[in-house]
Amino acid sequence: MKIYRKVISSFFCIAALMAAMSFIPNAGKNKKGTLIINFENYVGDNLLQLDSGKYENELGQEYTISKFRYYLGNIRLKNNAGKEFIIDKYFLIDEEDKESKKIMLNDVAPGEYTSMSFIVGVDSAHNCSGIQTGALDPAKGMFWAWNTGYIFLKLEGHAPASKSPGHIFEYHIGGFKEPVNCIKNIKLTFDNLHIENNGAAVLKIKADAAQILKSPFTVDFASLSSVVDVHHAADIANNYADMFSVLK
Amino acid sequence: MNIRHVFTVLVLLLIIVLASGFVGENPYFIITSKDVQLKIPKGFPKPVYDFKQNKISAEGFILGRKLFHDPILSKDRSTSCATCHQRFAAFAHIDHALSHGINGSIGKRNVPAIQNMIWQNTFMWDGGINHLDLQPIAPITSAVEMDETLQNVVQKLQNNKEYVSLFNNSFGDTIITSEKMLKAISQFVGLMISADSRYDKMMAGKEKFNEQEKEGLKIFRARCASCHKEPLFTDYSFRNIGLMPDTALRDSGRAAITGLQSDNMKFKVPSLRNVEMTYPYMHNGRFRNLQQVLNHYSQGNFYHKFRFANCKKYWNVGN
Repeated sequence: MKIYRKVISSFFCIAALMAAMSFIPNAGKNKKGTLIINFENYVGDNLLQLDSGKYENELGQEYTISKFRYYLGNIRLKNNAGKEFIIDKYFLIDEEDKESKKIMLNDVAPGEYTSMSFIVGVDSAHNCSGIQTGALDPAKGMFWAWNTGYIFLKLEGHAPASKSPGHIFEYHIGGFKEPVNCIKNIKLTFDNLHIENNGAAVLKIKADAAQILKSPFTVDFASLSSVVDVHHAADIANNYADMFSVLK
Repeated sequence: MNIRHVFTVLVLLLIIVLASGFVGENPYFIITSKDVQLKIPKGFPKPVYDFKQNKISAEGFILGRKLFHDPILSKDRSTSCATCHQRFAAFAHIDHALSHGINGSIGKRNVPAIQNMIWQNTFMWDGGINHLDLQPIAPITSAVEMDETLQNVVQKLQNNKEYVSLFNNSFGDTIITSEKMLKAISQFVGLMISADSRYDKMMAGKEKFNEQEKEGLKIFRARCASCHKEPLFTDYSFRNIGLMPDTALRDSGRAAITGLQSDNMKFKVPSLRNVEMTYPYMHNGRFRNLQQVLNHYSQGNFYHKFRFANCKKYWNVGN
């Protein structure tokens, strides 16, 4: 009889434990939402129109843009409790590829997010550890073969003032080590961005290509139509450090 | 038929069955997983290249070897890695001062030999490339070498049934990527290890140097080994050895990579392993034979205005 009682009580103990355990994960884990970040490329106040859009730089020189691509990485979302949500992945934003401009982040912990940071470029580790895959596949054409390193940003187009053949301009900016380090940390703040459990929120970010030619280093198409190595790369990187803002 | 005959026949059958599994494009050259094991030669340092990130297999090595010899990597299918890296010339381009590419184009540097690549931390005469896996991208995409894009190469391989099957055998996947292609090439190139020369045999106590060789080694250790360091016979540093700059090539060497004035006219110290096979010499192949190289060092050419400050110091070693 005693043994019978013992068996029953231990059975209840185990059952109670299992019930308790099944509740614990639901308290915090398993809850996730989705954040969609739309990168919208502009020139000044207007959405970028490849080839057809006619623009003017700070010096009044006309130009059109034929290519606009850049790498983003180390995206960190911060919630109002100061907790960070890190996305350990690189993204290649390409104006010509609509899908690339929409970054879908799944498994984001629900909460109120107030800021976001990321880098433009590719960190030293990914430049020094051999062949990479996915967005960082060198076959994407954003890679220098003769002097190992990723091209962080490409802006190409035409400007009558340019003295290059075909009046083209091309700015291929990269460099991950001092003295020419073109990796830029971007920090953007926003009013509470609410991500619900099983819900999806959308964040729109503006990237202004005009800023790459604007300040603090004003690009003159006549004297500088091509940047394809370390010369002037840091100047242009300082410009693109200011090209992002949050769209309301 | 006694039992011995039966046994002989069985053994022969077994050999035929085993061998038939390896008959491929080169039936005289059978490679098994035993042949592609990495053995670090005694006295060599720890390799820089990490084969843990690129697991060696017989299939991967065979694929890498095929890619290395296949002109499909070039734009017009005319030029392979082996066009300029010839096996009989220690994988250099024998009797060619400057590299040749597609459409009769000529490069600006002498093709270096390939050996002991897994100990090398930078590649090219100017050290511009920082990883063995990334090295082949430069000749594949250079306008004066293969003039192709990585994207096209991968597409051409993907369209080729034989390659799809070879990549599948090597990596267990029929989708070909630049990563898999480059890693296969690294398996082939990375296992080109030079560690069995007469020098190595002498060091291992298997052979003895004669008096002349002993004297040569003594002079070498006093005057050359500070840069051509044993056992790899290079310290992989960049040096200006006082060669007159070539006004047509206008090649600034290491400075083009670092942007530093102080690196002007510096080039990587090449290994002297297999050096007899790799003529002509220097980064632009200006010396036809080893005698001319020695003359450069012995006839005071160091002392013209382009000399590297330290050259004088090195020259005086032992004097």
